[in-house]
Order: sequence, then structure tokens, then C-alpha cells
Amino acid sequence: MARIEVQNLYKLFGSNPKKAFELLEQGYSKDEVFKQTGQAVGVNNASFVVEKGEIFVVMGLSGSGKSTLIRCLNRLIEPTRGKVTIGDEDITEMGEKELRNFRRHKQAMVFQRFALFPHRTVLENAAFGLEIQHLDKEERNKRGKDALELVGLGGWENRYPDQLSGGMQQRVGLARCLAVDPEILFMDEAFSALDPLIRREMQDELLELQNKVGKTIVFITHDLDEALKLGDRVAIMKDGIIVQIDTPENILTQPANDYVAKFVEDVDMSKVLTAEGVMINAKVVAYLKDGPRVALRKMSEEGISGIFVVDRDHRLKGYLSAEEAKQAAEKGETDLSNIYNSDVPTVLPDTTLNELFEVAANTNIPVAVVDEGNRLKGLIVRGSLLASLVKEVNPVEQ
Amino acid sequence: MSNSEMNVTQPRKKTLFYCIAVIILTTVAVFTTWYLKFKGIITKEEIENVFNPLQYIPRIPVGENVENFIDWLLENIRFITRAVSDFLKDIMDGFADFLLEFPPCSEVVLPFFVIILISLLAWYFSDKNVALFTFIGLALINNMELWEPAIETLTMILISVLISVCIGLPVGILTARSNTIHRVVWPILDFMQTMPAFVYLIPAVFFFGLGVVSAMVATIVFSMPPVIRLTGLGIRQVSHEVVEAATSFGSTHWQKLIKVQLPLAKPTIMAGINQCIMLALSMVVIAAMIGGGGLGSEVLRGITRLDIDLGFEGGLAVVIVAIILDRITQSTSQQKAGEE
Repeated sequence: MARIEVQNLYKLFGSNPKKAFELLEQGYSKDEVFKQTGQAVGVNNASFVVEKGEIFVVMGLSGSGKSTLIRCLNRLIEPTRGKVTIGDEDITEMGEKELRNFRRHKQAMVFQRFALFPHRTVLENAAFGLEIQHLDKEERNKRGKDALELVGLGGWENRYPDQLSGGMQQRVGLARCLAVDPEILFMDEAFSALDPLIRREMQDELLELQNKVGKTIVFITHDLDEALKLGDRVAIMKDGIIVQIDTPENILTQPANDYVAKFVEDVDMSKVLTAEGVMINAKVVAYLKDGPRVALRKMSEEGISGIFVVDRDHRLKGYLSAEEAKQAAEKGETDLSNIYNSDVPTVLPDTTLNELFEVAANTNIPVAVVDEGNRLKGLIVRGSLLASLVKEVNPVEQ
Repeated sequence: MSNSEMNVTQPRKKTLFYCIAVIILTTVAVFTTWYLKFKGIITKEEIENVFNPLQYIPRIPVGENVENFIDWLLENIRFITRAVSDFLKDIMDGFADFLLEFPPCSEVVLPFFVIILISLLAWYFSDKNVALFTFIGLALINNMELWEPAIETLTMILISVLISVCIGLPVGILTARSNTIHRVVWPILDFMQTMPAFVYLIPAVFFFGLGVVSAMVATIVFSMPPVIRLTGLGIRQVSHEVVEAATSFGSTHWQKLIKVQLPLAKPTIMAGINQCIMLALSMVVIAAMIGGGGLGSEVLRGITRLDIDLGFEGGLAVVIVAIILDRITQSTSQQKAGEE
């Protein structure tokens, strides 16, 4: 089920948007519209769908309209035109009271500069949303404490925000959202004000947390690395227009236009590409019942010097080199089970290239990619690993 | 960015152009007429007639109109002013009586207990030193036999300030909430503050007669502006993002005000109340001229009789009361600011 659906959303700042709309429809750019009408274009015809449980990242430089876009979703900024549907509710049509109820129960927002209440303790901050909902004190303190526990701030309840470090303050911001147990989290540059080490730590924790709570998250950032790391899908914005919506990998490998291409130019590919993206199909494998002679023939047909051995369910058993197969054949072995080498380097499909390098460097046979059930999905040879880093070559094709 | 800057600078350039044009034309005209007069072609009177267009505007009776308006008001709202007057007089008398003639206590020892009480309050709100100063200062006032007028003055200030705050706080909140109200109210505040204090006394007397009540009304009008201004300012200064956060959790306007804006604006609002008290004190002395009583009338008597002794003692008592009130209110606002 689609959770958030945005259709043809516009936001113009200024008192007379009519003329500006005409110009936008004729394809004039943001700057030209401003010059001619004095209307500032925040969001220009944005349409997208955020699936339930997905982390959807909107990435753009400052002034690209990303913060305006996210505020249109909970109407902290009134959209000028367009439709936002969340679940089966039309946000743009809501009256004041409905909107308030929606904000109280369905969504919560994390802010760039934390926006904590300096006159309230950490616990009172965390329980703010519940206080607004008129929950009694005992209940809201309990849930506030649970939320603080969840973000690793147990024991800090009675401090004030200015006694905490930046990273911890943003944890309070996150706890304040989690306490109301919303379906949707809006995160507006949530980690941008933190220093790089803390930022990375928070990103990892967010992903971990997401595994536990499974919210629908709309995340705004100006940092491409962050977008690619966190996003299940990434939307790239420029001048109020969404130029591309895609998975991180596709954004890197198939940029929609020059703007995106230029953006992703100096991304460290090794942090983004995963084993799944660079592995090649294990076209030939040897089965346990195959004798060494069959295995040898398969190898010579493909021109390879070794072969992975799997059982009938395609579970990886080990690796057999041509040398060993030859010796076994001469000794007259008829079964592979005694001769293959079961000490094989394996990685999971979502391992990043970064980590792959280390594994690949310590072995001279290909690295096997297996899923959680140890089934062989593909293999990585050192050559394909290097090729994937050269972006002009599409890494998926052999 | 550059676009918006251009929009601002262009009209300014235009205005500059017009100004220069007018200056040049005037200069030319002045020199021409001077030349014509020098040659004896036109007379001095003719020039004065031409160059004084202001003479054709008849005198607008500003003062008379205001007087007429006040006369009209007097006839039509007498029952309101009477009610206000009675109300103020009642609470004023009640409060002063309580401090001066508390029944279960002898009138002679009561001042001592009141001094102790106020000193303790000073200690609670501020610190030991202020409490000590309060004790010595009030004892000195008692010693100078100015106890009764001092208590009257204190009562008048407390009640005026209370009323100022009760009216000023909501109005201040409104000015912060709506730009229109802000634009209407601020010029009125400017008017209230820059109008010489003596001028308030005249309408106050008209409406409420000579005496304590009109003194208090003048005091309230004079001391209210800082409460309104600083309340509005304090609320506007609360970080936009924090208010947005409160909105994002579904707060009503009221919840936002009570839970976020007012607590965060508190130091500024307290500074406004402190200013209000100081202004009230200065007005209360001036208001003695319309029968306000209290320390002001002691000072006034000193002035009219050229009695240095009485005038100085009265003035000193006013200063003592001022310092006590200032220290107590200032420390409460700083305390709160420090905590947060």
C-alpha cells in the first residue's frame, strides 16, 4: 500500500501566483519566473510515492526547495497547488482540527537545529507530543522514558538540553518523535548540524533503529553520501524540480541528466556499491554428485581454474580447484564430497565494496556471494571488482 | 538575491533624483526672485505672498476638538468612569488599610512587622544583601516619619502595575500574534510614552476628579507601554524553529503560547514588568500634583514651600522604594533567565 502520495505539488511564495503558474507551465525556470513576477518558486510540480516502511531521501543543495517540500507534506507550509495523500487521507483538504489530529498521531518531525525546548528537561522534551495529546503524566513519562531508552539516552531524563552535546540533543529530538509512535517520520536535515564522526554514528543508528521500528521515513539532506547511505530510494531536487527518483545504485550508474551526473561524479563508489551490484553470475557450478571428471570438464569448457561446489538446494559447500580435481581423478575418486575445500571466503549481498576489498585481498580464489540461507547467489572476481569502480563501464554487465 | 536588491535600490534612486531636481528648481527660483527684487521689479510683500503657500491653510483647532471630544465623553460615559473610580478606590483603600491598620495588631508595632515581611520577601526573591538594604531603607523611612505616605505610594504602584500587567500582557501577546494589531498598537504606545507625563494628568482629572484614582489612572497609562512592548518583543524573539516544532506536534495556538512561547519569553517579559514598576514610581510622584497623595505630595510640599528638609527626605524615601522594587523584580527576571 502506498503510504505517501504526492501529486503535482507546487509551492510559490508571493501574493499573486497566477501569472507565475502560467510561466511555469510554459517551461520558464525558477529564476526567470522570479524576475518577471516576483514570485519565488519553492516546489515546482513534484510528484512521487513513498512506500510504507521505506526510507525516502530527498537530496538537493540549499535553495533547491527540499525543506519546503517536506513542510508541505505536513502543511507547516501550505502548498499552493497539488495533492498530498497519506494512507487514505487527503492532507491538503484537511480542516484545522483534522490537521491537528493528523499531526498529533500520524507523523512527527526531526529538525536540523534540533528545535528542543530549552526550558524543559530531556524527559519533558521527549514527552512533549504526548502532553499535547493530553495524556496523563504517568503514561507520558513512561513512554517518554521508553523512547529515550530506545535512542540510548536512559539516565539523562532530568538534564536540560543545553547540558547535552549536539549528537545527544538530536537523539532527544528523535526520541520526542518516537514517543508519539507515529507512522511517518519527517527528518529535515536531521544530521547536518552534527560533526562528521557523530553524523556517521547517527546514520548507522538510524538504520538500526529503522530495522526495529519500521517507520516510513522522509529524510531531507544536502549530503549525497548520506542520501545514498540511508535511502532506499533517493529523489534529487534542483530549483524546486525533482530531477530523478531512483535507488542509490541507479542514481550512481544511470544519472538522469548532466546535473545528477556532475553531482555523483566524485562519490566514493566503494562505499555505495554492494556485492550484489558487482557480482557476476555463477554460471557453472559443480554438484556434490558430480565426479571430479565432470567438474574438470565443466572447468575446461568455461576456461576457469576452479569451481564452486553446491548441494542440490544450491547451498554452497566449498571450492574445488582444477589442480585438486585432476589429482582426485587420477586417484580414482568418484565423489566430490571428500576433495573440495570448504574454507571459502563468502560475503552477504549487501556488503559494500569497501568491505569487499579486504576479503578479496586475502584470498586468491573468487569470493562467493551467499544469502542468509548460504545459497550461492554469485561470485566476485578481482577483475570485476576493479571494473565496477570505473563508472563509464556499467558494473552489472560482466 | 541580486534581483531583490535591485528592486529595493531602484525606487531609492528615483527619490534621490526628484530631491535633487526640487533643490535645483528652488535654488533657481530663489536667485531669480532675488534678482527681480534687486532690480526693483517686484516688492518684498509680493514675494512673501508667492512663497508662503502655508498661509492659505486655516488654523486647525486640534486642542479645541480634543476638548469637545472629551466633553462629549464626559457626558456619555460618566457611569463607566464612576464605576472604575469606585473600584480603584475600594481596592486601594482596602490594601492600604491592611498595611497601615491591620486590626489584630497595634498601629505602633505594625510598621516593624511589615518591614520584616518585605525584607523576607526581598530575601526570597533576591538575596541577603537586598534583604538587608530593604530592612535598613524601610526602617529609615519609618524613622523619617514618612511611613504612611510610603505605604500609600507602594500600594498605588502595586495596584497600578498589577492592572498594567493584566491589560498589557494580553495586548502584548496580540501584537506578537498579528502584524496588523502590531502596526496599530505601536504608534499608540509611542504616543503614550512620548507625550509629556503632565499632559496625562489633565484628562485623568476630567474623568476621575482630583485624587488618588486619577493619579492611578495616569500611572497605569504611563507605565503600560513597556509591558506591551517587551511582551510582544519577547514572544517574537522565541526561535522560529522551536515554535515550528511545537506546531509540528499538533499544538493548538493556546498550547503553543502556554507551553513554549510564554516560558521562553519570560526573561524579556519580566524586564518589561521591571520597567513598568520604575515608570509607575516616577509617575506616582508627578501625580501628587492632582492629589495623588503618598510620597509625591511630601516632595511637592517641599517644593512649594521651598522646604529643603522635607523635599530631600521625601525624595530619599522615593529613591529607597525605587531601589527595593527594582532589585526584587530584576533579580526574579535574571534568576529565571539564568535557569533556562
